[in-house]
Amino acid sequence: MTVLAAQAVVLPFLGALCGLLLGPWLTRVLVAGGLRTAEDAPTAPPTEARGVEEHVEAVPGVPGEPVPEEGRPAPAGLRGGGSRGALGPVLFAVLPTALTTVLTLVIALTVWRTPGTRTGTLVEVQTGGPPILVGLSVDGLAALLGVLVGVVALAVQVYSVAYMRDEPRYSSYAAFVSLFTSAMLLVVFARDLMVLYVGWEIMGICSYFLVGHHWEDKANSRAATKAFLVTRVGDAGLLLGIIVLGLGAGSFDIATVLDEVGGMPHTTVVVAALLVLCGVAGKSAQFPLHTWLPDAMAGPTPISALIHAATMVAAGVYLVARLYGVFLAAPVALAVLGVLAAVSMVGAALAALAQRDLKRVLAYSTISQLAIMTAGLAVGSRPAAMFHLVTHGAFKALLFLAAGCVIHAVGSNLLADMGGLRKAMPVTFVCATIGYAALAGLPPVAGFFSKDAVIEHAQSVAFNGGALDVLPAGDQGIPGWVAWTVYLSLLLTTALTAAYALRAWLMTFFGPEREAHEAPAAMRWPIIVLAGASAVIGFFGLAAEELRPHFGAAAMALLFTAAGAAGMFLAWRDAPASDPSDRMGRVRPLLENAFYMDGLYDRAIVRPVKWAGRVVRGTDTRVVDGAVEATVPAARGLGALARLPQTGNPQTYLTGLLAGAVLLVLAVVALT
Amino acid sequence: MSVAYPVVFSALLFSVGVYGVLARRNAILVLMSVELMLNAVNLNLVAFDVWLRDALHGGQVLTLFTIVVAAAEVGLGLAIVLLLYRNRQNIDVDRQDTLRETKQEAR
Repeated sequence: MTVLAAQAVVLPFLGALCGLLLGPWLTRVLVAGGLRTAEDAPTAPPTEARGVEEHVEAVPGVPGEPVPEEGRPAPAGLRGGGSRGALGPVLFAVLPTALTTVLTLVIALTVWRTPGTRTGTLVEVQTGGPPILVGLSVDGLAALLGVLVGVVALAVQVYSVAYMRDEPRYSSYAAFVSLFTSAMLLVVFARDLMVLYVGWEIMGICSYFLVGHHWEDKANSRAATKAFLVTRVGDAGLLLGIIVLGLGAGSFDIATVLDEVGGMPHTTVVVAALLVLCGVAGKSAQFPLHTWLPDAMAGPTPISALIHAATMVAAGVYLVARLYGVFLAAPVALAVLGVLAAVSMVGAALAALAQRDLKRVLAYSTISQLAIMTAGLAVGSRPAAMFHLVTHGAFKALLFLAAGCVIHAVGSNLLADMGGLRKAMPVTFVCATIGYAALAGLPPVAGFFSKDAVIEHAQSVAFNGGALDVLPAGDQGIPGWVAWTVYLSLLLTTALTAAYALRAWLMTFFGPEREAHEAPAAMRWPIIVLAGASAVIGFFGLAAEELRPHFGAAAMALLFTAAGAAGMFLAWRDAPASDPSDRMGRVRPLLENAFYMDGLYDRAIVRPVKWAGRVVRGTDTRVVDGAVEATVPAARGLGALARLPQTGNPQTYLTGLLAGAVLLVLAVVALT
Repeated sequence: MSVAYPVVFSALLFSVGVYGVLARRNAILVLMSVELMLNAVNLNLVAFDVWLRDALHGGQVLTLFTIVVAAAEVGLGLAIVLLLYRNRQNIDVDRQDTLRETKQEAR
């Protein structure tokens, strides 16, 4: 079993390696073998007409400004530019991912039929401290996440073949996606915290490279650096937390750590849980480390779907679920998690309400939805949180890929440039409708069941004054006010989510009609598959008693959903061509800039750090270099003194020589 | 005859030569002073040769060598002085200071 998991991890990695090393060679072999590439095809599909406008991505930090068209068509006639002429890299990208998806499905089926945890260790690395077990472990949770990662990664790889067909650096792009898939599966299946951390960091660097894929634009590379640095702040905490846990338990093995938590001092557990929370907040873009995610939308849209919506950002939530025993032993950390989740979900949902850029709407929505998962964890419902993680992974990937189709067709990211695409793009319209319905939590699509499970649990915990039913009775749970905050924030977020989902949906597909073309088949099929998954995946929750919706909480949530949607619809109805958010008046800039958090961080952190950097540089040039440079005139002055006797007149030298000799003789005579 | 007379005499002769080398400006006079010093040495060699009654007369032989070497040296020296005069139109030793340290800084 773990062998299968190991294959699933290694396959995409090999695919990435081979795609870079052997991709062009395979292309040549295939072409020589008589296989014609799409480039040679006599009739071009009609979508090629606007292929130039593919690489229109969000401009980070400048919400609402028109995006310049930065089409970079591949140099004409250059084979290997873009996925179109690069059959080898395409095969190396798609086939291993497809195999991995099959493997994850096999693993999930096996685990489903015979539940239990299976572990395997390749090698045990002695460190002098607790040993590092390089191994994998497969249980229900990991298998579930593995399937999510596999399916979304496959959908994105197939989608990218069409989306990136004119991209000159397709091979490296596909290789990074494969490497990312490999790293994410390593995180999911890791047995040891250190192995998990390795996968975690590889994901981070892949995210960095892929956000900055179009690095020719300075703003993109800045967004990549920001994403990298902000998540790094959290990762530093995570590493320390792992070390605290490992030293406390005497092992980095996750199962051992969870067994040992009861015996550790309470302070150690609290410190470890809070440190791990730093990493979670960084990776899962929770307040206060959420600012990188909206800017990360500068990456290509499939990347936003894979990394910044469905999988990598969910890794933080997954980590909490993995180490849930640690958090249950430290309810303080759960309370902190609950407060952060409440702030993140309401704040991000409000910000999503006012964004002008479709991808930024989805990015803030991602923050908000991830906060719903962490809220589920904070109120002690791991199954509900994981359920929402999976459904969210499906419908958010769907929404991003559908957004990619729309952006592809319209050539702009801005909602203002869209609208009326319902007739022109029927497939995208239907799929996106399912996605938005799932996002808003309408029955019977997936989001309803999972969000409802979280809300229901939060409600019961709030009514019980914060006592968690996963803890033994009488144990201290989270404070009652935290439980109430989480519950009320969830309801408020439900209303806001319905509002912004409806706004994005209306502004994309309704209003004055517009000429456009449907997306190519390779982009259509992934979203159709994901739409099907989003539609039915919620019913799997009915199998578990704790995930089943009940009338009271569900009706409450639907009431809020209806309120939010009705408010947005009324605002939109009068002027279908305009932006409903314009009615917010002076509140709008505040929301559009996400409460000026970026500006605040700029003032509070970025500028002081830059100032400190300047001080250090000044010290270096003026004090350290100054001391070195001051020795130069000193040496020169001494040299001038030494040069004085050199007159050029040999008679003077000889006089000196003679005087010296006489002195020496006198000295010898006097001393002997 | 005591050996002291020729030795004192040669010492005086040598001192005159040293003074000439160190103090004269004219290059030819400097060369002549060098000759004076050489001849002071020759005088010493001969005087000690006689005083020590050397059977092989090494001192005298060495003196002959010195005279030959001195002649060659003077030939060379005069040639240099001649060239110096041709190039610089003077043979003052203290004005030949091309190798002195100049005022401008060496970088």
